[in-house]
Amino acid sequence: MDTVKLILEFVVCPGFLFSAVAGLLSTWVDLKVTARVQYRQGPPWFQPFADILKLLGKEIFVPEGAPQFVFLAIPLAGLAAVILVSTMLWSFNADRGAGFIGDLIVVLYLLTVPSLSLIIGGSASRNPMGALGASREMKLILGYELPFLVAVFVVVAKSGSIIFGQIINYQAIHGPLIMSLSGVLAFGVVLLSAQAKLGYAPFDIAEAEQEIMAGPLVEYSGAPLALFRLTRAILFFVLPVLMITLFLGGIELSLMGLVWFIVKYVIILALMIVLKNTNPRLRIDQAVRVFWGPVMVVAAAAFIFALIGW
Amino acid sequence: MANWFKWGLKKSPWVYHLGASACNNCDIEILDTLTPKFDIERFGMVLVGSPRHADVLVVSGIVNRQCLERFKRVYDAVPKPKLVVAIGVCACTANMFRDSYNFTMPVDKIIPVDVYVPGCPPKPEAIIAGIVKALETVK
Repeated sequence: MDTVKLILEFVVCPGFLFSAVAGLLSTWVDLKVTARVQYRQGPPWFQPFADILKLLGKEIFVPEGAPQFVFLAIPLAGLAAVILVSTMLWSFNADRGAGFIGDLIVVLYLLTVPSLSLIIGGSASRNPMGALGASREMKLILGYELPFLVAVFVVVAKSGSIIFGQIINYQAIHGPLIMSLSGVLAFGVVLLSAQAKLGYAPFDIAEAEQEIMAGPLVEYSGAPLALFRLTRAILFFVLPVLMITLFLGGIELSLMGLVWFIVKYVIILALMIVLKNTNPRLRIDQAVRVFWGPVMVVAAAAFIFALIGW
Repeated sequence: MANWFKWGLKKSPWVYHLGASACNNCDIEILDTLTPKFDIERFGMVLVGSPRHADVLVVSGIVNRQCLERFKRVYDAVPKPKLVVAIGVCACTANMFRDSYNFTMPVDKIIPVDVYVPGCPPKPEAIIAGIVKALETVK
């Protein structure tokens, strides 16, 4: 029975189906707000769903000489990772005793898998643009991963735990972590890193459509491309949920709790979309310099403040 | 073609702009369709960077000797099902370049064309109408 329940949780709710629908709807919000910022009308609400359906039915190409299995299977790895993150975050929010020691670490590892799948897919495509995109993505990971981890460990230093349930319980007693100085700084760092994880401006360097066409995705068509887009959409849903869990007091599965969750979620979404729409794309060296310079300093300062107790 | 796929294709036609030595006039009008005034994203159309992502191939200009081979290769790179819209009188009939030393053959002798949008250059409205008409031919 337990296995069936776990599989149902992974495939239906809060796993694949739930997070896919939520992620695609958030993607639509992104498209619509972007359009309104540019004084356009924007697409209808079902646009991301239509994109995915259409891609699922298109012909699939494998470039000549590319490793077929790796090229076609690697999008699944990224998708499975983000679905697992969504499942874990929601079930640990619902049942705070359900976690295990180090579940935060597992989630942090799983969150790098989508980027890794982009790198492997781009390298396997035997396309110079794909290779260029993959190498940029690699440098970007080197850039953002360090401040991201330090900022997440601000939460660990404050709450003294690496279990989601205890972090949420700590916030229930002492108030959300974003109310402290170190929390605000760390939240800002995580927000910027999330932008880079998603590949949104100013860090959409790996997929720069105008320079290297679509980077790692250049040779992908049909269903694998749909999987990559789905991964991106679910990641767009999962990262704000992670931020809410770590900094904004978690999610309570009651009516008021869900209303609060939606309010927080919309605020974070708005922040990300505004960041995306008001910034030009950085060069890869500038992006790494930003992350290892000012952002890292802020993250380190937040960590020191957290150790002092601010 | 399955119904759900036909619906998806009609609601999200991604456009790849294939400029075959056009004089840039049609290209500017094609880019105009992206501007806030015309906003083709209302119909789910996006200009994509890679032919592998495209559903609709928008062709402008005449095919000269330099680009004939590349033209065929880009057409082959687009995954099926694909639609082709010829933009401008050059792509439709080769216009005044038909006697040029560099002209090879009309676009519709090289690849199947679904919709012709004449004009030098056609209006953005005409281009949007042409792509929508191409979608209506999907059976």
